[in-house]
Amino acid sequence: MSSRDTIFKAIRQGLGRGPLDDAARKQLDARIANPPQHIRATVDDADLVARFAQRFESRSGTTERIASLADVPAAVAALAESYAIAPSAVVGTALGELAWPEGWQIDHGAATIDVMLGVSLAWRGIAETGSILMLSGPDRPITHNFVPETHVVVLPVEHIVRHYEDCWVALRERGQGAPRAMNFISGPSRTGDVEQTIELGAHGPRRMHVLILG
Amino acid sequence: MEFRSPEFKTRAVHALHDANLQKALSNTKAGFVVKRAKAAEEMPEFEALRDTAAEIKNHVLANLDHYLEKYEAAVTAAGGHVHYATDAEDARRIILGICKKANAKRITKGKSMVSEEMSLNEALIGEGYEVVETDLGEYIIQLADEPPSHIIAPAIHKTKDQVADLFAAAHNKPRKTDRAELVAEAREVLREKYFTAEVGITGGNFLVAETGSSVIVTNEGNGDLTQTLAKVHIVTSGIERVIPSLDDLSVFLRILARSATGQETESYTTFSTGPRREGDIDGPEEYHVVLLDNGRSKMLGSRFQDMLRCIRCGACMNHCPVYGSIGGHAYGWVYPGPMGSVLTPLIKGMDGTYDLPNACTLNGRCKSVCPVRIPLPDLLREIRHNQFRQDMTPKRQKQALKLWRYVAERPKLYHFAERIGVRILASMANGKGKLRSLPFDPGWTGARDLPAPTGRTFLELWQAKRGDK
Repeated sequence: MSSRDTIFKAIRQGLGRGPLDDAARKQLDARIANPPQHIRATVDDADLVARFAQRFESRSGTTERIASLADVPAAVAALAESYAIAPSAVVGTALGELAWPEGWQIDHGAATIDVMLGVSLAWRGIAETGSILMLSGPDRPITHNFVPETHVVVLPVEHIVRHYEDCWVALRERGQGAPRAMNFISGPSRTGDVEQTIELGAHGPRRMHVLILG
Repeated sequence: MEFRSPEFKTRAVHALHDANLQKALSNTKAGFVVKRAKAAEEMPEFEALRDTAAEIKNHVLANLDHYLEKYEAAVTAAGGHVHYATDAEDARRIILGICKKANAKRITKGKSMVSEEMSLNEALIGEGYEVVETDLGEYIIQLADEPPSHIIAPAIHKTKDQVADLFAAAHNKPRKTDRAELVAEAREVLREKYFTAEVGITGGNFLVAETGSSVIVTNEGNGDLTQTLAKVHIVTSGIERVIPSLDDLSVFLRILARSATGQETESYTTFSTGPRREGDIDGPEEYHVVLLDNGRSKMLGSRFQDMLRCIRCGACMNHCPVYGSIGGHAYGWVYPGPMGSVLTPLIKGMDGTYDLPNACTLNGRCKSVCPVRIPLPDLLREIRHNQFRQDMTPKRQKQALKLWRYVAERPKLYHFAERIGVRILASMANGKGKLRSLPFDPGWTGARDLPAPTGRTFLELWQAKRGDK
């Protein structure tokens, strides 16, 4: 008997029953298709954008409001200058064609070990916890989110939702199942592994800046 | 990892006299305990979320076969592979096979307690692979050649100075003493490992049947680099970790970090669903999930089924006075503290684990903080029952219990004996109110005094008081 069969047999034996009948299976499948709406955290803020920014900043992230996508390069350049980061970045093509200032080197490929700055488009922002949701895809390489020391994320205001659950509704509407990778990111990388004292920049970005667009 | 639980008593005594360990453990209380209490207090829905989480887990366990099938089908549809392993040996064989096929030399690992259950590192190293733990805590103890002492803070027993020594010896660089410098040095060293490893192994906090996703929850981002940059990603998880839908997952995301570290949320919650897709320019080319049974299916339908709700947050050990005094290594296997004292006898067997469920004061703190409401003290007591039934209880203890039972069932005799005993102890204390040592049990008074009775029993005092009225 295969390990799989052994385990399924043991599970059913433990539960004191054979395989579920069709009616029971249908019911469970319906529960997956139409999941119960569980209790959520109360998020009664009228201004979700303010709540998002406040929560995100509470974990050492920074935010800035910009008016249009065309403002992204200037905002990124200003940030790079203030932290003395060289004018070079990996940028996902999901952000479209941006007019970068003279002298900037922009790469749309996967992030390599020496990349110091990444600029990505968020798929959603969650006001509840001040987290962003990133999806992977050819135009949204996942390495951009984790390899660079500084990560800038563009988050359109209309994509700021109240709860995690609102992301699932949007994801199901998108209709392609889950992408290869999805990441809730709630601030810079951190560790408390040396004497339970928080240090930023353990392995992922040391700095995270969200450009709230709109 | 090596099974050292039979040596619990000796190891506990060593731990109590280890000054470095005691210093490190004293940080825990101010850290995790206070932060969790604050996080729970700040969220009015926290208690209701705990109830819901327990209900979801109970629902999954009652239908585990179906949800595993659904999960497996979804992973397969996304181009991934699900492997089932009945025990640690089975799991090692599967993973060694994948690594061999991938022509791997270097393997990076995100934190995975299930891989500790499999003794995976030892097996991989034995076959000549270079294995690099990437979670900072795991990396520290790998350098120290020690097992983890906590399930979410594996190096909690190490002080900064010890870390500085380990890094200085391993990295061929001047010894750093600043915490930030130590973290930066590990970052630099491990970065190269991520980019050159052929296989990345992570754990799986949750497996979502709806999408076929494995979910890990981290603060460092090491798990993400591990699984994104290697050609092959292997997820190791237990068969009980599946949950139906993304909406069910949301409940757990709200309680896991709060219970574990007291954070509202950790930095990264990462969902992985199969290998890289058409057009993707990064991500692993192969995606495998190894689901370990290792005694879990046997708990289903037993008096220990509740234990399968565990989400491995570590709150029970953070709040356990015994863990707080001796740390994780004394327990001698993968899972320490209250949850470990239940799991270790169930997974490794009753032989050699006698002391674990008995090293518990039944104070109930673990149960009061468990996010999925596992009645840990009841389960520990149940294991003690089993030990008694299997005649494992030491003879002297058994005789003493029998004698106590004989007396306790006879109230008149009980009160008589009590009156005598109380008067003897009172006269021994000689008015000082405490006893420095006990003639029949010097161990009990080895490190503390016994408060002595004043000369009359509670019942006598009570009757006298009622008579006064």
